[in-house]
Amino acid sequence: MADYILETKDMGISFGGLKAVQNVNLRIEKNQIYGLIGPNGAGKTTVFNLLTGVYKPTAGTFYLDGEELKGLSQEKINRKGIARTFQNIRLFNNMTVVRNVMVGLHNHPDFKCSLWTSLFRLPRHFRCEKEMRARAKELLRIFDLEEDRNNLACNLPYGKQRKLEIARALATEPKLLLLDEPAAGMNPHETEDLVRTIKTIRERFDMTILLIEHDMKFVSGLCDEITVLNFGTVLAEGETKKALADPEVIRAYIGG
Amino acid sequence: MVIRMKFKKIKWKHYINYIVIGIFTAVMGSMSVFGSMNASALYLLEKIAISIILAVSLSLVVGFLGELSLGHAGFMCVGAYLGGKAASLLTPSLGNGILTFLIALLFGAGAAALCGVVIGIPALRLRGDYLAIVTLAFGEIVKSIFQNTSKESFGGAIGLNTPRFDKKYLFIIAFVLVLLTLWIIQNLIRSKHGRAVTAIRDNEIAARATGINVTKYKLVTFTLSAAFAGIAGVLYSYSNYTVQSAKFGYNYSIEILVMVVLGGMGTINGSIIAATLITFLNTKLATVLTGDLAVLQNLFYAVILIAIVIYNNAPALKSFRDRYNLSAFIKKYLKKHDDPSHVKDDAQKWDVVPTKIDMNEVLSVDMVPPEMKDSMGKGGKK
Repeated sequence: MADYILETKDMGISFGGLKAVQNVNLRIEKNQIYGLIGPNGAGKTTVFNLLTGVYKPTAGTFYLDGEELKGLSQEKINRKGIARTFQNIRLFNNMTVVRNVMVGLHNHPDFKCSLWTSLFRLPRHFRCEKEMRARAKELLRIFDLEEDRNNLACNLPYGKQRKLEIARALATEPKLLLLDEPAAGMNPHETEDLVRTIKTIRERFDMTILLIEHDMKFVSGLCDEITVLNFGTVLAEGETKKALADPEVIRAYIGG
Repeated sequence: MVIRMKFKKIKWKHYINYIVIGIFTAVMGSMSVFGSMNASALYLLEKIAISIILAVSLSLVVGFLGELSLGHAGFMCVGAYLGGKAASLLTPSLGNGILTFLIALLFGAGAAALCGVVIGIPALRLRGDYLAIVTLAFGEIVKSIFQNTSKESFGGAIGLNTPRFDKKYLFIIAFVLVLLTLWIIQNLIRSKHGRAVTAIRDNEIAARATGINVTKYKLVTFTLSAAFAGIAGVLYSYSNYTVQSAKFGYNYSIEILVMVVLGGMGTINGSIIAATLITFLNTKLATVLTGDLAVLQNLFYAVILIAIVIYNNAPALKSFRDRYNLSAFIKKYLKKHDDPSHVKDDAQKWDVVPTKIDMNEVLSVDMVPPEMKDSMGKGGKK
């Protein structure tokens, strides 16, 4: 069990009588890029919401690196090591780019600084701020956002906003990164750039990534394994090429 | 050389308000202590200090946490009554000195902070308008509770009499407290904790997903803001000699909110300026308009408010401001005269322009089909 970074066991949720997602068994190994695909309304984002604590699973459970995280709050799950981005970008719009990343560093053990230290401006506060800013800049450099660091987040172009959201999620030093439709609304040029970025993240941070995506070219070019959801249940899973060739999957997407 | 380097590093922008208020206090203080100032001027200065503390502390909740609170006068009321009561109880044993004042201050601030926690708890579940109504109700409840106390405890409807303090010095203490308020609140805002608070304002869902403890920061902000309102309340009780609960109604909360909104959400300096101006105008209008004209005071006040709001938001005035903007003019002037670097060659940026068309591909493709080329060539020769 401990071989898997993320393992879900018969995880599901029902809202009243509606079984939104049921019997999801994901097994993600370390350093994998794992895809979660399916037609609209299949329950992909619901799975993400279950994994990040927005919803609590009503059936089954899930483990991160062997530790059961079911029932914890969003903040706690993030601190345990799951970070995410959103389908519709959610940045701190009225803050500068570098500050967005610094919020991500908030709970980092290297920058511990209590409320009282900050309120009375003890020396530790200054050291902590300086180091946080330096670390945030380092992260921005990896994402090629360093030049924009003093711009407001809302003034960035779309592709850069996506990148910033990923940078902020990575700042929390997660074990597993969840990307919810990272390529949605991007032009081919930006998508290409994103593929490069995601590959860099995997190598550089030794990161495990679970992503939702509709762009099949993107998925087949990037993911090692995928799970296909339809109507809240698993339709197919396994190696990307094989799963995509599954007749059930083709029928779900194209119909017939 | 080294000293100059360090000197340059200090961000003057961050300290300008301390410096201005510090100099103002020093000048006014020396005028009061060594010269003489009339009672009404001293009273006005005290009122300004109280307004600044109230506006800055409310700005923390409204401008930085992004929650609408309409009960700020309620917190002030708690501070005024409990601080005033503590002062009048302590005066026989400790005398009417600075020690009594400080204890009353701590007591008032503590009591108000406790109320802040109580209001902070519903703030975790309620958002926007609903929270505004809860805070509004809180203010009214506090007001009526103190109105219905017995004469011996808090004076009921007649009000609570509080000890007198030397007026010559009170406003200096008040402005020192303004500096303290500014120091604490700006320290909070300019730290990682303040960043967490603004993150909650900008996007609560994202803040949670980034691991920010939303519960903690909402409670901290409400408590801190309430504590400073309590301090303003204690100052008020000292400045007025008597505390009457009718003063702390809904209208007063709105007046504080207006200061914050006029100053600009999320700017501390704006709140300070707006608080000063509104308090000054209110007091001056009350002295100018006497007799039958007294009713006009509220009218003028309202007209000024409307004018400022229009000035800030009307499109025509906006373009006017942009055209005759002082800072833009200065920038333009400076650039024209000594900085040619603003003329940038951004040619190298072309390869990062997000576009569906690959420029190299477009340029490499021969646009003219070969058969056309033939005829074109011939045409040229003819």
